[in-house]
Amino acid sequence: MEVTTKSMPYEAWKDNEYIEKLVAELQGAGTNVIVGSLDKLINWGRSNSLWPLTFATSCCGIEFVSLGAARFDMARFGWEVARSSPRQADFIMVAGTIVHRMAPVLRRLYDQLAEPKYVIACGACAVSGGPFKKSYHVVMGCDQIIPVDVYLPGCPPRPEAMIYAIMQLSRKIKVERFFGGVNRQEKQKEFLAAHPIEEVND
Amino acid sequence: MATIQETITRLFPDATIEQNPIAQVSVPAQQWHKLAYELRHNPELDFDFLVTIVGMDWADKMGCIYYLTSTKTNAHLSVKVTTADRENPSIDSVSHLWAIATIFEREVYDFFGIIFVGNPDMRRLFLSIDWKGYPLRKDYDENPEVNPVTTENERQTDFTTLYTRDAYGKLVAEEKRVFEPDDFVVNIGPQHPATHGVLRFRTAVDGETIKKIDVYMGYIHRGIEKICEKLTYPQTLHFMDRLDYFSAHPYHHCLCMTIEQAAGIEISRRAQVIRVLMDELSRIASHCLFIGTYCMDLGATTMLFYTLRVREQILDIMEKTCGARMTFNYECIGGVMQDLAPDFVDDVKALLDVIPGNIKEYNKIFTGNVIAKNRMEGVGRLSREDAIDWSITGPSGRASGWACDVRKTDPYSIYQELEFDEVVRTEGDAMARFKVRLDEITQSARIISQLIDNIPEGEYCVKVPKVLKLPVGSWFRTVEGCRGTFGIYLESDGNTKPYRLKIVPPCLPAAAVVDHITRGSKIADLITIGGSMDYIVPDMDR
Repeated sequence: MEVTTKSMPYEAWKDNEYIEKLVAELQGAGTNVIVGSLDKLINWGRSNSLWPLTFATSCCGIEFVSLGAARFDMARFGWEVARSSPRQADFIMVAGTIVHRMAPVLRRLYDQLAEPKYVIACGACAVSGGPFKKSYHVVMGCDQIIPVDVYLPGCPPRPEAMIYAIMQLSRKIKVERFFGGVNRQEKQKEFLAAHPIEEVND
Repeated sequence: MATIQETITRLFPDATIEQNPIAQVSVPAQQWHKLAYELRHNPELDFDFLVTIVGMDWADKMGCIYYLTSTKTNAHLSVKVTTADRENPSIDSVSHLWAIATIFEREVYDFFGIIFVGNPDMRRLFLSIDWKGYPLRKDYDENPEVNPVTTENERQTDFTTLYTRDAYGKLVAEEKRVFEPDDFVVNIGPQHPATHGVLRFRTAVDGETIKKIDVYMGYIHRGIEKICEKLTYPQTLHFMDRLDYFSAHPYHHCLCMTIEQAAGIEISRRAQVIRVLMDELSRIASHCLFIGTYCMDLGATTMLFYTLRVREQILDIMEKTCGARMTFNYECIGGVMQDLAPDFVDDVKALLDVIPGNIKEYNKIFTGNVIAKNRMEGVGRLSREDAIDWSITGPSGRASGWACDVRKTDPYSIYQELEFDEVVRTEGDAMARFKVRLDEITQSARIISQLIDNIPEGEYCVKVPKVLKLPVGSWFRTVEGCRGTFGIYLESDGNTKPYRLKIVPPCLPAAAVVDHITRGSKIADLITIGGSMDYIVPDMDR
């Protein structure tokens, strides 16, 4: 199955092996005609109206602003509805360095997002700590706190790269299974079970 | 300058003064309280602008270096105060003399554990209350297991500590409340679209009126000063891009100048001109983005698209020459990384052609708009005295009538030869801060137009030894960043790595003063005032 989005030719994508593996894993046992069609309909809707959370800690956030402005214009893709409240957003673009003090805040934002929710680790800092690898106060990659769907390298990534990353995300959403089968929510539960939030004593 | 030194030696016979090249006074810690008072209030000295407090750990002793400037005579002075006690180091606070010292001292306390006796708010600034150790001390344990990443909510406290000395000279800690017991405290941030990054205001309100704001920072504290101590001089440069990412060029310029001064490197005229051109281009780009985001904060989303049009044009020019849109890493020790792109001159001229029309358009759309006027005029007034007291430099300081442009007061590079006006307004409100930035775009364009036709031929980078070692000593340089006076304090022990590299950000005072300006105004004006100060959070947190 050739998964693509926004009329981009399948060959133009960089890592098709990953998505093919994902499809094989999810649909290995075959799909029911009715359920499969329903899945397709739901995923079509979801993958075309991704609403980002307005979340930026540093430099990458400014490129995200450029992405929203007229030149790169993410409104072409249906992503321009940047929400300030996590309750209304579909995904977090972790744009910038995450430090120790920010870690609980980011985790709480993630927990507040309504299902289905996705995360893009945007920029070298969010991917791995980046230039601040030797710092005492930087979290070495936001995947230590929240599960990440797409990793986007660059310092900061160009707006074009951000478009590509969100398109990769929408491609991933297109093959998701909503009805039956093990979908990504199970993986998410596993992650959250492995990364529990300690009890808070107020 | 001689008279200042004479006055100090007359009043304090114990003080030693050395030229460093800024005069540095060293006094025993017991006399610092009295000296500080004289420096601030003695009419012969009158140092009213506290540039920064540099915390230091010299292994055998701890201490602070205070950089002071007189806004009347433009004289500079630094004072070195040390204490030999590593367990419980303490120095007298100067927060009653310079308002901004409250925050600067908290920063030193956070990094070095030096207690400032008499500071009313002795809490940590960037790190949490449970953080173990003081990171900038030389014996700090960096093992991540000591301070692990946690997803547990940070422990909060409503109390702060005031240290005083009793009759026997012992330290006495006294718990104080940050807010009154029955204050209604609203939490704004860190995830808020109008705080310009991850900054948090704990706001005590009385109805709609703001009573007090506790500015809570550190949500993007990356420990750049500590990392720099582990890297060689050329490696430290790229962090300057990631502080205030709009002032990447001026900040680079500052660190390069400091290192070049220390190493005795003379750079070519061509490199000087290229650096100034880049500084001014980034100033235009920065102010354009400020105008766009500020108007967006106030509800005029359209302006963002208009101002980003110019910014994108500048980014294209930069990209052709520097190879990146934002984190350029272009200036290097000895000059610049690579030569200008072949069509640089044509591109810049095309930019200069469109700028006047664009500014006219901004004025038409926004400045004269009645809603904008009502929201900005008379809001968040900051007097000249307060601006100096709180060290508010840059466009925000100039909007309060304080002529603090480093390009004019202490010209560096080739600024002395250039013709441009320092934009100063006297109203001190949000509208003035907005207009100063708008006018500075014109002045920057004027500087660029003087240089663009006379870029001298020559080498863009002089030869610099591969392994760069600086002589033992300390240096302090300031430049005019896009948001104010940016300074670098560099201390070398003769090695290839800096012993201490202190970054003096203009945005830290700009955020700290929010509490002072907003008191008594309506909570809706907090966004107007905060936006007009134009702070960049990674710059203040470092």
